[in-house]
Amino acid sequence: MSTLADTPLIRATALTRHEPVRNTTLLHPTTFILSGGQRAVITGPSGSGKSVFLRALALLDPVDDGVIQWRGRAIARGGIPAYRRRVAYIAQRPAMLDGSVEDNLRYPFSLKVYRDARFDRERAVELARRAGRDTDFLDKRASELSGGEAQIAALIRVLQVDPDVLLLDEPTASLDPASALEIEALVSAWFDDGHDERASIWVSHDPAQAKRVGERQLVMTAGTLS
Amino acid sequence: MSGYQSLSLLDIAIAAALILVNGVLSVALKLDLERKLVWAAARSVVQLLVIGYVLGWVFQFDRWYVVVPLMALMTLIAGLSASNRGRRTYIGQRVDSVVSIWVSSWLVAAVGLFVVIRIHPWYEPQYAIPILGMILGNTLTGVSLGIERMTEELTAGRGAVEMSLALGATRWEAAQRPARQAVRAGMIPTLNQMTVVGLVSLPGMMTGQVLAGQSPLQAVRYQIVIMFFIAAASALGTVGAVLLTYRRLFSPEHTFMASKLIEREKPKRG
Repeated sequence: MSTLADTPLIRATALTRHEPVRNTTLLHPTTFILSGGQRAVITGPSGSGKSVFLRALALLDPVDDGVIQWRGRAIARGGIPAYRRRVAYIAQRPAMLDGSVEDNLRYPFSLKVYRDARFDRERAVELARRAGRDTDFLDKRASELSGGEAQIAALIRVLQVDPDVLLLDEPTASLDPASALEIEALVSAWFDDGHDERASIWVSHDPAQAKRVGERQLVMTAGTLS
Repeated sequence: MSGYQSLSLLDIAIAAALILVNGVLSVALKLDLERKLVWAAARSVVQLLVIGYVLGWVFQFDRWYVVVPLMALMTLIAGLSASNRGRRTYIGQRVDSVVSIWVSSWLVAAVGLFVVIRIHPWYEPQYAIPILGMILGNTLTGVSLGIERMTEELTAGRGAVEMSLALGATRWEAAQRPARQAVRAGMIPTLNQMTVVGLVSLPGMMTGQVLAGQSPLQAVRYQIVIMFFIAAASALGTVGAVLLTYRRLFSPEHTFMASKLIEREKPKRG
């Protein structure tokens, strides 16, 4: 009998995606299981479908075929926001709303799915400190952040609500090496806090980073994950 | 109708000669607009003459089955021309713009004709057609600005929309900011118009009533009433259009279907 601990976090079965206009296959039927304590890394040439796959797992794009289960259960339409709260997708280019960093960090708590949670400023300051930023980081204008700072803010925005899975879509691709390392440190601290109940998938271009941020190495080639 | 000065064809010809002012300017300043001027002048004369005859015929006929189809045609034209704006479009945009203009302006016109002005019969073309026309003209602006702004906001703000969705926002929560911007953009022209009416512009209807011998106070009352019809209809139309756009571009699975936004081909220059 399987216990909760044995059930994988995400089980994706035969996920498929076609591009109707050019009639190409973006993602060949892909079956993938992610369990707690796993850190997967996907590398591969650009345009090979890494992002397509990650966005499919985040349910951000409709797939043509296939099923995604969360902790052994299918995800109903109404449960999609709750799923995305547990499975957080981080885009390559961080999107900041107008206002201060703190306004941005408060934003999730205005959403229905976070009704039970409240913004914890100390927690946010602590996360910023982990990324080598002072308290005044929260008071900065979001529009004045550098690329690295914006990505750190975007990551804190997600980490403060303790997701179970992070889907990182080349979050450091356009950042300088120092900022990239800060992002990696934030993610790995989050992972270590999870006592093998958390998992991540990191899409990366950089072979050195790929070795640092995960043990389970995967390659995407022309829509096929191996 | 006492003291109303009729215009003869000769009067019109004299006025038309004034277009020569434009022509001389265009030649003297090398604006290269002569051909356009002639075309525009001819079009406006023909269009107005045609509508004059059509209205004359409709007023004479005075039957609902003549008036209502004409109103429907006006609404359809307004809806279609509202959908012709903006750099981006999506499949179904025409339907959305016709539907939102139709519902909002007919609803408000109905309130106006049945409740406020209370004409008998309700389709009395002398009232129904110009009032609907004024409502349509302004609702058209609101609807087209609303849809245009919505598609622009969603294109420019796609990152923010997807960020919200990825955090667990429902599709409505994710679309709220762009939708609010779009509704504002659609409503502002009417609000601006309301704040300067009488100071900067004397509305055509009011001017017409005064010219026709109506007392300015009565004319102003009419204008106030129409102003509120216009405000209500364009607000309703804008909100409706933005909501319909939202429904087209966001799926019930809480995704933003950015690929449905198509860039329009370069506008053809007439």
